[in-house]
Amino acid sequence: MPPILEIRGLEARVDDKPILRGIDLTVNPGEVHAIMGPNGSGKSTLAQVLAGRETYAVTAGEVHYLGADLLTRAPEERAREGLFLAFQYPVEIAGVSNVYLLKAALNAARRHRGEPELDAMDFLALVRGKLKAMEMPEDLIYRSVNEGFSGGEKKRNEILQMALLEPKLAILDEADSGLDIDALQVVARGINALRAPGRAMIVVTHYQRLLDYVVPDFVHVLSQGRIVRSGGKELALELESRGYGWIDDAAPAAVRAQ
Amino acid sequence: MNTAVRERPSDRAGREALERALAAWPAIAPGLPGMHASGIAKLRENALARFRASGFPTARDEEWKYTDLSALTARSFMQVPGDVQAATAEPLPHHALFDDLGGHRLAFVDGRHAPELSSIGPLPGGVRIESLGAALLRDPAALETWLADSRGHSAMAALNAAFMADGALVIVPAAVELAEPIHLVFLGATASTVQPRNLIVVGEHSKCTLIEHYAGSAPTFTNALTQAFLARDADVEYCKLQDEGERALHVGGTHVAQAQGSRFAGHSVSLGASLARHDVTAIFDGERCTATLDGLYLAGGRQHVDHHTRIDHAQPHGTSREHFRGILDGRSRGVFNGRIVVHPGAQQSDAWLTSRNLLLSADAEADTKPQLEIYADDVKCAHGATVGQLDENELFYLRSRGFDAAAARSVLTWAFARSALDAIRLAPLRAHLERACLARLPQALPLAELA
Repeated sequence: MPPILEIRGLEARVDDKPILRGIDLTVNPGEVHAIMGPNGSGKSTLAQVLAGRETYAVTAGEVHYLGADLLTRAPEERAREGLFLAFQYPVEIAGVSNVYLLKAALNAARRHRGEPELDAMDFLALVRGKLKAMEMPEDLIYRSVNEGFSGGEKKRNEILQMALLEPKLAILDEADSGLDIDALQVVARGINALRAPGRAMIVVTHYQRLLDYVVPDFVHVLSQGRIVRSGGKELALELESRGYGWIDDAAPAAVRAQ
Repeated sequence: MNTAVRERPSDRAGREALERALAAWPAIAPGLPGMHASGIAKLRENALARFRASGFPTARDEEWKYTDLSALTARSFMQVPGDVQAATAEPLPHHALFDDLGGHRLAFVDGRHAPELSSIGPLPGGVRIESLGAALLRDPAALETWLADSRGHSAMAALNAAFMADGALVIVPAAVELAEPIHLVFLGATASTVQPRNLIVVGEHSKCTLIEHYAGSAPTFTNALTQAFLARDADVEYCKLQDEGERALHVGGTHVAQAQGSRFAGHSVSLGASLARHDVTAIFDGERCTATLDGLYLAGGRQHVDHHTRIDHAQPHGTSREHFRGILDGRSRGVFNGRIVVHPGAQQSDAWLTSRNLLLSADAEADTKPQLEIYADDVKCAHGATVGQLDENELFYLRSRGFDAAAARSVLTWAFARSALDAIRLAPLRAHLERACLARLPQALPLAELA
């Protein structure tokens, strides 16, 4: 099967500050890639650039998603083609109900695929099942999007959306930040339930903790806008025990080694 | 050297319109209702004198700083339409009759009571919903005290008080709860100057819901004046909807006098007209009054919409809540001036005012000014005002979920607007207002999807 995502020499900046300084990454169907790294290494920028955030200017490199150029597409086109970003900080939108967002998002993707839209009844039946899996009370879907949600509820709401949209590529940006251990397990179960041979995931995380539950196939360490180490799941454990300091020290050598 | 001050064009238009009004008065006055009663005649003449002294408001008047009426409205004021215009009456907007609202409807066409479009259901004893013009012909003396109360009135209200010909008279005696709403609808059919006068009197412990509604695509110049008198513990929900066509000019005043313990919930929704100015005032004449004033205005193109509100906490233990929202697109301009006056001795007053404006275009402008004047020491007052644009994070979040950029903007704009309508208790009215607002959003959205 062809790769779901191929990133070649990706560079991006915000204002005049370079954040990504040459990223190469290939993600195949069925794979879960963890991207780790210290604060400011560019992890969240990579996630946002892939989702189409216009705050960042891509200055070099290319990204292919399902064999086609990704960077020329609008964020909504990427979404409808199955690229999903679970936000580190889910946005509160007063006055827009969660159920409206969920239904509109799902039907936008279905229209794009040429599938019939779900009516209110079918949609509710579907969303109720997913809510249960995420241990979310039903009233959360009738409230304004993320408004007044606890930190844990916001994160679950992101995973709920992912579960409904069944993306081909899910990018999870710090899906575990701010979660207590019970909520972390619920979120991890939600992520694991979506692991499938045709689907890929990029799990962006600062800490190894989430990776105890969502075990990655590959771990990449990002430092100063470059991937400086790649390895299996054991690399995450090494980072946990040694911290990020040794990565930064080793960074120049790693770059030379490429 | 010529030192004569040249008259500005706007001043000239205002002066000429004033001269037209004064010149027309001797011929018009004898035909106005109530002139046979000395009290009403005197009241009209006093009002005309007040207007003669001030003339049409200009930008030199602090209260009219952003809304110079002398140019635009004065030019069309009392212009006798030519034959062509008179012959081409606009079709009446029958959708504006709100048939599904139920209750009682009093309709007016070009300022005149239209019985054929009105529908008054069975009423409890003593309740009157009728033409003010007819009442002034029949029994002018009974209305004199209320009509003479000119507190809070602007020069334009004085002009109305001189020339008023018709409007609605609503009287609800004590201890009556009117379950059904009263819909006062004013339809513009021809290019005309109309000066509706509405008088609402609600007795002790009584309750009612009123809608004052302006619609029609004709280039009407409306100068409306509404007074509401709430007796002890009366409870009134009132909504003014200005949904006129883009060639209309609208000036309106709503002035509320509240006796002890009364509650007034007022909403002002202003969507149409090239220029709209609304003066809303409430005076607490007794203790423990409550007033909530909410507003929503949508403007695009070169529309200009101005709300000036004033709440007088003249007695202790009063509560006021004010929340206005504006959405401005194109080259439109929105003005909000919210004044709260806490009088000496009005202790335990609790006042809270916010104004939020959303600018959808770089050329739109919002001028918002809360004004708190506090002359008592044991009070709780707060205010806030914001002018901003759609939030980039919210837009990106929606787009990342598959909304195209235009739909994301519309959804967020609508979300901002609809929260201003949440407080409207009457569900079918809220639905009408939501439809009217949605119809004026840059991109139409299916309402059912958003519910």
